[in-house]
Amino acid sequence: MKIIEKFSGVFLIAGLFLLLGAMLSLGIVPAMMVDRVHPQQGLPLEVPEDQRIHYASAKEYQAALLLGRDIYVAEGCWHCHSQYVRPVANENLQYGPVSTPGEYQTALHRPQLLGTRRVGPDLSREAGKKSDDWHYAHLYDPRFTVPDSVMPGYPWLFERNADGQILPGPKAKALVAYLQNLGRGMETDVGDLPPRE
Amino acid sequence: MEVAQAPSPSPTDNQPVDHALVTAYFVAFLGYLIVTLLAGLSYSLQFLQKYPFPGVELLSPGRVRMVHTMSVAYGMLASGLFGIVSYIVPKLTGFPVLSRKLAWWLYGIYNAAVLATVAMILGGHAQGLEWAETPKILDPFIALTVVGIVVNNITPIWRARAEPYYVSLWYILAALIWTPLVYVFGNFLPEYVFGGTAGAAISSMYIHDLVGLFVTPLGIASVYYLLPVAMRVPLYSHALSIIGFWGLAFFYPLNSAHHYLYSPIPMWAQYASIVASIGVHVVVYTVVFNIFATLASDWKQLVTNFPVRWIFMGTLAYLITCIQCAVQVTLAAQEIIHFTDWVVGHAHFVLFGTFTFWITAWVYWLLPRIWGTPIYSLSLGRWHFWLATLGICIMQIDLLAAGVMQGYLWKSLAPFIDSVRASMPFWWTRTFSGILILVGESCFILNIYLTWQASRERRAAAANLQPSGATS
Ligand code: HEC
Ligand code: HEM
Repeated sequence: MKIIEKFSGVFLIAGLFLLLGAMLSLGIVPAMMVDRVHPQQGLPLEVPEDQRIHYASAKEYQAALLLGRDIYVAEGCWHCHSQYVRPVANENLQYGPVSTPGEYQTALHRPQLLGTRRVGPDLSREAGKKSDDWHYAHLYDPRFTVPDSVMPGYPWLFERNADGQILPGPKAKALVAYLQNLGRGMETDVGDLPPRE
Repeated sequence: MEVAQAPSPSPTDNQPVDHALVTAYFVAFLGYLIVTLLAGLSYSLQFLQKYPFPGVELLSPGRVRMVHTMSVAYGMLASGLFGIVSYIVPKLTGFPVLSRKLAWWLYGIYNAAVLATVAMILGGHAQGLEWAETPKILDPFIALTVVGIVVNNITPIWRARAEPYYVSLWYILAALIWTPLVYVFGNFLPEYVFGGTAGAAISSMYIHDLVGLFVTPLGIASVYYLLPVAMRVPLYSHALSIIGFWGLAFFYPLNSAHHYLYSPIPMWAQYASIVASIGVHVVVYTVVFNIFATLASDWKQLVTNFPVRWIFMGTLAYLITCIQCAVQVTLAAQEIIHFTDWVVGHAHFVLFGTFTFWITAWVYWLLPRIWGTPIYSLSLGRWHFWLATLGICIMQIDLLAAGVMQGYLWKSLAPFIDSVRASMPFWWTRTFSGILILVGESCFILNIYLTWQASRERRAAAANLQPSGATS
């Protein structure tokens, strides 16, 4: 004990370096490894076919993706939905191809939205699974499409027109554009998905 | 190891301690406790399709969830622990903090920042990092306040360097040095520097280190101080406690990636985190053994000494969560329980069952001493204890079971909504256990309020007893 007390200052500095060492080995080194193999990318440069009716230019589309992402963050969707498919528990059959580091090197994953909880299903392969209209109805009140859902409704993303009809506002559209971009381009790999409601 | 004994409790001769500040921190703790419980309870009603404020944008359930967890970490636990630090450090070193005035300013700014966090999250400005949802513009304020608190409290520790430190000071010193670094790394790097999976690796360090390098060392420091003092017996072994301390310093920082096992983060980092997580048991068993061995010198106090009972229950919960940890960190268990309610059960058990219980022991021990009056009602206190204990145990068992069930249902490829339907009874039980906890904690707050009231009456009576000739 006496010895420990004598070298206490040394130990304290060691403690500090242990933290910095952990930072380096578990943070910065993996970052450099991934960046090297898959360089960081920005936002999609083209409007996908099915979104052209909503967005004329890539710029508008990119702005919508970022707005959609902001709403996804602000509403805490990421506390109920994860965004990665694990190589276990039959998740590749449930959701689609297993996630790889390269997928996350885009501006939409800065900061990343991997998530640590699934109250609802994983969304990393959501693109194209449902129609835009399904999403609108679901976001307005999830019980419209899934009666037993415990997901909250988001009516404030919608607007009422002069006739009293409820229509998706810019926010709802942006959020759906974001959802329809999650895992886009990977649909073809999915194979036979078991039927989902 | 005579020198390193915790000093005896003597509420009168503690000149260096700013009692008003400690009280203020504890009051903030109680306030955030209520916010936490109400937010948690409301959010749990969403799972029953009974959310009390449907369609209200400012009370959107997802936002309320973030308020719940932010209030836990930055509100309750931070307030309680900062209060304890502001008591222990001057008391053990014999020196006051650098500046008492600064300490009050920091208290004010910190609480303003936390309240602003709550308001801005409800307004839709959360940052997309788990446990770091504090809006981006508030991050620098919190970081600076934390640095201020660190400087203020490290000064007396530095001044007292000639004497060997009692183990609590070691833990506090280390936590004070780590916390600002952890906060800055966790809030700024993944947001501005590292994207994608690398950002996730760093963010997971924050998720882990906030609990591992801030809450845990300060919590352990607080029991190592309070237990011998409240029981009036020496700590079982100071050497053991120091070994535990170095275990914490060595293993905790490396744990982080276990929050993202099987994720696209490089697999070797995940393996490293699993090994380190098992290493953490060195810390746990030294702490738990030391506390139980100290308690064993006089078991009767579990019944007769009210704060000690809270420490015991908290330590038991600590042992259980940490045994759980060894199970859930294995990849075999992760396959099933990750993403499920299991993790939520674990989080509640450790943050409420352990750390909130330990802080509660402090509140029950210290406030009556500062106010110079016994606790108002011990039977109210017992209601608090048993309701909180029962509530958290029900919640824990319920959520663990729910988690296993959900994990296997997902693996079975049943439609997702099946797992939602099957979880309903578990979610009902969770809300019920939450109500037990809320009632218990209400007894707590009522009790503390009545104690304060009694102390005021007592002081007023004492003032009246003074010879009245002087004033008239
Ligand atoms: C309380 C947790 C919770 C929150 C918060 C939440 N969801 Fe959900 N979500 C669920 C549950 C449960 C389901 C499964 C039942 C259903 O389809 O409604 C679901 C389903 C979904 C689906 C359907 C997935 C599929 O392919 O079947 C989408 C899309 C979705 N959520 C998007 C969102 C978005 C966007 C947000 C934020 C605005 C959000 N969710 C917030 C719980 C939540
Ligand atoms: C009235 C009692 C409480 C209820 C009903 C309650 C309910 C909830 C709910 C519903 C969640 C979200 C879980 C999910 O995403 O599935 C949650 C998360 C959380 N709560 Fe509570 N809570 C309560 C009290 C507390 C207390 C007192 C603490 C801490 C001291 C706490 C700490 C946490 C933590 C740390 C999380 C995050 C869990 C995670 O992300 O894994 N809760 N709570």
